[in-house]
Amino acid sequence: MKKIDSKQKEIIEEFKILDGDFEMILNYLMELGEKMLPIEEKFKIEENIIKGCQSKVWLVYTLENNRFIFLGDSNTAITKGLLSLLIRIFSNSSPEEIINSNLFFIKKIGLNRFIGTQRSNGLESMMNKFKIFALSNISKNE
Amino acid sequence: MIESLNVDSIRKKFPILKTKINGNDLVYLDNAATTQKPLQVINALDFYYKNFNANIHRGIHSLAEKATKEFEKTRHLVKDFINAKSVKEIIFTKGTTEGINLVANCYSKKFLRENDEIIISEMEHHSNIVPWQMVCDDKKLKLKTIRVNENGELDTNNFKSLISNKTKFVSLVHISNSLGTINPIKKIINICKESGIKILIDGAQASPHVNIDVQELDCDFYVLSAHKMYGPTGIGVIYGKSKILNEIPPYMGGGEMIKNVTFNKTSYNEIPYKFEAGTPNIGDVIAFKEAIKFINNTGREIIHKYENKIKDYTLKKLQSIDGLKLFGNAKNRIGVFSFTIEKLHYYDLGLLLDAKGIAIRTGHHCTQPIMDKFKLEGTARISLAIYNSIEEIDYFIDSLNNIIRK
Repeated sequence: MKKIDSKQKEIIEEFKILDGDFEMILNYLMELGEKMLPIEEKFKIEENIIKGCQSKVWLVYTLENNRFIFLGDSNTAITKGLLSLLIRIFSNSSPEEIINSNLFFIKKIGLNRFIGTQRSNGLESMMNKFKIFALSNISKNE
Repeated sequence: MIESLNVDSIRKKFPILKTKINGNDLVYLDNAATTQKPLQVINALDFYYKNFNANIHRGIHSLAEKATKEFEKTRHLVKDFINAKSVKEIIFTKGTTEGINLVANCYSKKFLRENDEIIISEMEHHSNIVPWQMVCDDKKLKLKTIRVNENGELDTNNFKSLISNKTKFVSLVHISNSLGTINPIKKIINICKESGIKILIDGAQASPHVNIDVQELDCDFYVLSAHKMYGPTGIGVIYGKSKILNEIPPYMGGGEMIKNVTFNKTSYNEIPYKFEAGTPNIGDVIAFKEAIKFINNTGREIIHKYENKIKDYTLKKLQSIDGLKLFGNAKNRIGVFSFTIEKLHYYDLGLLLDAKGIAIRTGHHCTQPIMDKFKLEGTARISLAIYNSIEEIDYFIDSLNNIIRK
């Protein structure tokens, strides 16, 4: 089973071909979003929304044998692509692995601008949500 | 015959327009949020700090005198720009938002009583809604809103029907920042005058695009922001009729706004200084003068003629795009266009255009009530200014078509 770090490295490799071209990165993210496993409509409810400013993001999970399976969706194509990367990285990980993870891929693939100051960006809130899910499941196990 | 504007020579005055964004030439179409600054504004700020930075109005030394003189020169230019009667009627603020907050607070403190009514419209910016809501909560006043029709125009009949003998104040936007509509403010002001209602006009979007003559309009207050008219951020103006300004209390206490201070009693300075407590943003006020000079020297008629031309051109191009829906189709409008594209979220569109160097705004534009009315979460918005060229519009339209076709 691939660990979080090796999945990040895989993504960095994948993005290398785009050569930091912002337009190509956006288009690739949209492609990734389109390929993502769909989420059932019944899960697209207020409780499952991650609050970002300009886009809606839904994220749900199941935990089997202490391993997460995530499913998600967004009403914007680029955010959906970003979400698909996070889901790919965090799926099949344990709560402990998610809590201790360090997401270094974002900088490396030229997505820095999605982090930090702009309130319109949901990437940071998405990342936090994964960690919140992980945290809440650690306490359940104890 | 009005002379035609040479957009190339205008563009050369704005250094930022040479910037590359994601490898492409910057095409800046977010002018309703803030405009870019001509070199003479940037230089004025630089020159002030390098040569005569000093605190104003109190110092007797040469630097203070020079700074005060330059600061007050801006007040004179603003007075002429909006044709106020006197410089006493020109108050400097941080911006339109502070201007509306000041008027809402100070006017209501003196003149409004429980159950009095204030009227705004459905197309107001949050900064012309929230200050009034706060005042209404505080003083138990009632806030009413003028209906906007499906074209994004003000329903003036509805306005008339809202007026009662309790109506004391109207606060209305001159030009909508999300729809581009130019409101018939003269008509509204006349109705207010007939009924003895005071009126404030929010001129944040109007000041760079249309002529403003506060004496002819006969409004009681007119507020604007320097940064929307090629000036620095952090500077705004309140025009207020001197009679009212003399009657209402100050907004903040502190230095500059006082005449005499003892622990028993403090008397206030004359207008406009009564409303300018504390050291103001001196450098930016001084630089603002250059923005007004830039507009004056370019020629307001020439600017308006050019802006109308490029507005009509853009509108026609936008209307030709399949799947594009415009919000705000007022006959009388400026070059602010809010739209949605079928099957393409405005957030994605904004980023995809940015990748091509085009800066637009996406979201609710701080006008959530009008977005709700049109059942929208938000839109993409382009807003034009004097330096936008036909070539830029063509590039934007081509880019938009490319994105839609993918």
